[in-house]
Amino acid sequence: MDLSYTEEEEAFRARLREWLAAALPGLPGKPDPGDWPGRRAYDTHWQRLLYDAGYAGLHWPADAGGRGATPTQHLIFLEETERAGAPYVGANFVGLLHAGPTIAAEGTAEQRARWLPPVLRGDEIWCQGFSEPEAGSDLASLRTRAVRDGDDYVVSGSKIWTSHAEVADWCELLVRTDPAAPKHRGISWLAMRMDAPGVTVRPLRTLAGSTEFAEMFLDEVRVPVPHRVGEENDGWRVTMVTLSFERGTAFVGEVVACRRTLDALAAEARRSGRWDDAVLRRRLGRLNAEFRALWRLTQWNVSEAQAGGGVPGAGGSVFKLRYSHARQELYEAAAEVLGAGDALDLDREWVLDRLSSLSYTIAAGTSQIQANIVAERILGLPKGR
Amino acid sequence: MDFQLSDDQRALGAGIRELLAGRFDRDRMRAAHDGGGGVDRALWRELGAAGLFALRLPETAGGVGLGLPESVLLFEEMGRALLPGPLAATQLAAGAVKGAAEGEAVVALAEAGRPVGHLEGTDALLVLDGEAGGAVGRVLSGRALRQVVREAEPMRSLDPGTPLWRVPDLAGYEGEPLPDGARPRHEGALLAAAEQLGSAGRSLEAAVQHAREREQFAAPIGSFQAVKHLCAGMLVRAETARTAVYAAAVTGDPMEIAGAKLLADEAAVGNARDCLQVHGGMGFTWEADVHLHLKRAWLRAGQWLTAADAEEALAADLG
Repeated sequence: MDLSYTEEEEAFRARLREWLAAALPGLPGKPDPGDWPGRRAYDTHWQRLLYDAGYAGLHWPADAGGRGATPTQHLIFLEETERAGAPYVGANFVGLLHAGPTIAAEGTAEQRARWLPPVLRGDEIWCQGFSEPEAGSDLASLRTRAVRDGDDYVVSGSKIWTSHAEVADWCELLVRTDPAAPKHRGISWLAMRMDAPGVTVRPLRTLAGSTEFAEMFLDEVRVPVPHRVGEENDGWRVTMVTLSFERGTAFVGEVVACRRTLDALAAEARRSGRWDDAVLRRRLGRLNAEFRALWRLTQWNVSEAQAGGGVPGAGGSVFKLRYSHARQELYEAAAEVLGAGDALDLDREWVLDRLSSLSYTIAAGTSQIQANIVAERILGLPKGR
Repeated sequence: MDFQLSDDQRALGAGIRELLAGRFDRDRMRAAHDGGGGVDRALWRELGAAGLFALRLPETAGGVGLGLPESVLLFEEMGRALLPGPLAATQLAAGAVKGAAEGEAVVALAEAGRPVGHLEGTDALLVLDGEAGGAVGRVLSGRALRQVVREAEPMRSLDPGTPLWRVPDLAGYEGEPLPDGARPRHEGALLAAAEQLGSAGRSLEAAVQHAREREQFAAPIGSFQAVKHLCAGMLVRAETARTAVYAAAVTGDPMEIAGAKLLADEAAVGNARDCLQVHGGMGFTWEADVHLHLKRAWLRAGQWLTAADAEEALAADLG
């Protein structure tokens, strides 16, 4: 067990720090959460800066235009960018962390050449068209149908929880191409243009007041057959290849951010006098242990992935279960630090975060589904009926 | 960064597990607990001969010359096997108490205001003075120890593996200081956390095994989500505590040790409770081992560094 970083890794960290220190002061101010065109411009501008500095697609393989960095270097990148207060991946999330890696792993040479460079440069935004009203946690039950008509698939159905749909250029879309096959076997993965005729996007307002995601209605949308990634009816496997990546490192920056928030909460409690409350103080102390452990768990998982050839193990589910609850605990403690009155003021720091944290035990697989994964795949308990 | 066990570390853990399986199997473990607890001197010597107590003594002093991470792996196995005795105190006193390194001597732990385990027949007392922040320790032996034993009153111990005594206030008793640089409070807390981790892992295994075998409503109970989720929660607790304990062993940082003890106590107690629940009525009997793990976990949670002290220390570190 060795928690020290190699000379090469430390050199990488030092170069990155230097670049961040130079790049961040020139950034424009952060746009309002409801200003989607502004958010797109802000996020893609940051992506372009990363691209020009050689940090775009750090963990992507080199032959896909990435840097082929080790998981540890990726960890350092996420840690340092968060620590420096750099922008989050934002609207580039699906393209960089999901659709891009999927195309890199499963796409043809033409598909990679067409779709990967614009993601890395920040020229094109992707959204994820997986979930449906009747297919949330049970994703394989999706019903959106694609029927071959000459050189096109004709797609009809609806999707939901489509993040960034309002500003996306492309959608990674899961569709049913063989209704007669067992439910995991008749699914295909398509890249769909968001401005194609028949695509209607209706933003959904979340309980936090924002429109983070949308419903999407598809009415005989034509998607060219060459826009299918992987074989027809093999989309489930194609998707699973990359979903595990999403859970491996998706929350690294957030753990660093949570530790910063915890320090800020303690400072605020000391300032306001609430620090004298031993119950609150001990609660913050426990959260300190929690987020220190979550950071170590991240390092453990990354080391394991590195030893295993870059593929994250089931540890991602363990992490996600613990982290999503810890994050909610953190903002419950924040409400207590703020006090009963200020905790109701949406303009106070941490109040919106408290609302947003409610999604963590639901998004990317609910805690209950994650617990089933842990019980069945790691502990080997029998599948339920 | 390579935060995984090395091949040597894996071999060390496997070696001690094998040794304990041969010398302290379930029958021995049950006999030890049904017979009123206490230290098995013959086994203690075997552990000493295997280098367990001398593990961190330098080779020039006749020790094995390994570090905290290796100790943690050994203590995890001893916690899993539910080995009774003041294991952490004896390893910490190796080098300071004659015979402790070889397993010839047993060194019990004494903390202000708390009962002392295995007092009868102990060769020395490791006394922790001061509050959680202080790392002061001294060793009582000879006449002072005999006087403490005379004035001690036996308790009816909750943990059948650990006979307990109430002792007088030890502030006035003369003792030998520990060697320079010793950090008994922190290192003891870490070793106890490692035992808790082993216990948490064992409770998880027992629960999963029972959930696979026990049938109700014509199906293994492990196929029901309510039971699955109890088991998944146990794994999450154990794995979170594991990385905290291992990282603290590597860095030796007092804050990380405090966090590790807190989470390992929670894992050992929580997992034993959930294991008991998964076992249903069987779990509430003396025959099931789970109550022994729970009782030992409660004992260790009250030693070296309590939750309240750890949380206060971790709070003071913030901001």
